[in-house]
Amino acid sequence: MTEQLEMRAIYNETLINLAEEDPRIVLLEADLMRATGTRTFAEKFPEHTFNVGVAEANMVSIAAGLSTTGKIPYANSFATFASRRVFDQFFISANYAHLNVKLVGSDPGITAVLNGGTHMSFEDLGIMRTIPRLVVFEPSDPVSIRKLVQCTARYEGCSYMRLHRGMANVLYAEDESFELGKGKLLRTGKDIALIATGVVMVNEALKAAEILANDGIAASVVDMHTIKPIDRELIIQLAGTCGAIVTCENHQVTNGLGSAVAEVLVETLSVPMARIGVKDIFGEVGSLDYLIERFELTAAHIVSQARQLLLRK
Amino acid sequence: MLSEQELIRLKAKANEIRISTLDMIGFLGVGHVGGCMSIVEVLTLLYYRHMQVDPQDPRKRDRDQLVLSKGHAGPTLYSVLADKGFFPKDWLHTLNKGGTCLPSHCDRNLTPGIDMTTGSLGQGLSAAIGIALGNRLDDIDSTVYVIIGDGESNEGQVWEAAQAAAQFRLNHIIAFTDSNRLQLDGFMQNVMNIEDLAAKWTSFGWSVQRVDGHDLQQMDHAIELAKGEVIKPSMIILDTIKGKGVDFAENQPSNHNMKFDHATALQVIAKLQAENGDNHD
Repeated sequence: MTEQLEMRAIYNETLINLAEEDPRIVLLEADLMRATGTRTFAEKFPEHTFNVGVAEANMVSIAAGLSTTGKIPYANSFATFASRRVFDQFFISANYAHLNVKLVGSDPGITAVLNGGTHMSFEDLGIMRTIPRLVVFEPSDPVSIRKLVQCTARYEGCSYMRLHRGMANVLYAEDESFELGKGKLLRTGKDIALIATGVVMVNEALKAAEILANDGIAASVVDMHTIKPIDRELIIQLAGTCGAIVTCENHQVTNGLGSAVAEVLVETLSVPMARIGVKDIFGEVGSLDYLIERFELTAAHIVSQARQLLLRK
Repeated sequence: MLSEQELIRLKAKANEIRISTLDMIGFLGVGHVGGCMSIVEVLTLLYYRHMQVDPQDPRKRDRDQLVLSKGHAGPTLYSVLADKGFFPKDWLHTLNKGGTCLPSHCDRNLTPGIDMTTGSLGQGLSAAIGIALGNRLDDIDSTVYVIIGDGESNEGQVWEAAQAAAQFRLNHIIAFTDSNRLQLDGFMQNVMNIEDLAAKWTSFGWSVQRVDGHDLQQMDHAIELAKGEVIKPSMIILDTIKGKGVDFAENQPSNHNMKFDHATALQVIAKLQAENGDNHD
């Protein structure tokens, strides 16, 4: 049985470790501390924690102000509010002003489950990807979230992280190293490349690769944790070696990972490509099992797309 | 209390800043003349009497700071900063020209002395809260001043920030509302009335004063009182005239962003210079 850990617990623990070393780390919350799991950070560093109440726009502009004084603010909300609701505050107060705000959106895509369509962010990656110089990423496992959050603390500039709040399989060894903007090759195969992002889809892609292997199809699987800047080198390399690419995202197929990969391919080495993701529809309420079928994000859907794609190679 | 001599000095300085700002906008031929003119006196009082800033070290950590939340009034602040020596005065005629360091709306990365990037209305007070919280963490005792427009106060975020500054007991924030009673589309009472501003800020837990925003003595007294606050943030509502001192623009609903040529500006400047001469008599 694969070891599983809770992603938000690792996020919180990572922030605590960072703050113990660096007094510049501060935490901002908008009345979602019980959801984002940062209450122990707040207990340990009460003076470095600012809960602004249900006021996300205010939170993001306050974070920008704190950043002008040299602090490194991490501001948390649900992915829907962190992207759609506060886009202008994040754009102008933080990014346009060249500041250093780390915005975190939890419960991305179908993982919003019982909160339903109002809380289901299928567009946040796309929205964020349009902001110049912003780093946009979604860790896929407990090891990568720790390492990538550490990377953001060292990085001088704004970032947006999608935070899967629940349990996730441990995919990497504890000593694995990570770099923002550099995808990870989790499995190597010569026939087709499955490029996935986030906890849900990287795990589905790995399952799909197993199913394909049983049919004699060797698939590469990439954990493309950073959507922006996208790892062009790795995409071009996979296009060359595999000759076909399926992107897998818990997000609309427009503007997110699929679009980012397609942009690289059309300008360099065009190969047959398919996108697994949400097809221009709104979110809705349900269990994860229901939603992953409803939005056609399962390993079976990836396998089906991969097989069709191989006919075009 | 300003001494008679200090009052004369500051009045003359305000007149210089008004002239310089009008000259900048006239030289360009278009600009936010209304909202620039209504804040001339408060900026003069802050930068020539109250704020501790260092033109040689614009980002000095323990400086007093100003967030000009109504960022479109940048030109008035540029006139002050140039006069204080933050950058050369010959930059002033580059306002809004391609590649300039003086854009219509304030930009902390382009202009020495600008403490926060503003222009998308409603965000400045929130940023000021962040600055004040950062200062508190670093045991820095300086004051963060904020200037908000009355029209800007239609933005919901202003009130999100109002509740937070009171909750966080940010007595080092002294904010001003430039209450010139006009917004872009006309008189506020006809577009979106925001009064009673004093009652609103008071109910949000702020210490509130209301004074004539062109009366240096009244404003100075209010700022001194605000500095004495030990818990509450302070709001000083300034009753002002949009376009103050520019006869063809004063209190005109069309004065938010006006076109006029340099010759027209120079005519008004001549009158203002004459008035300044009278002040010295």
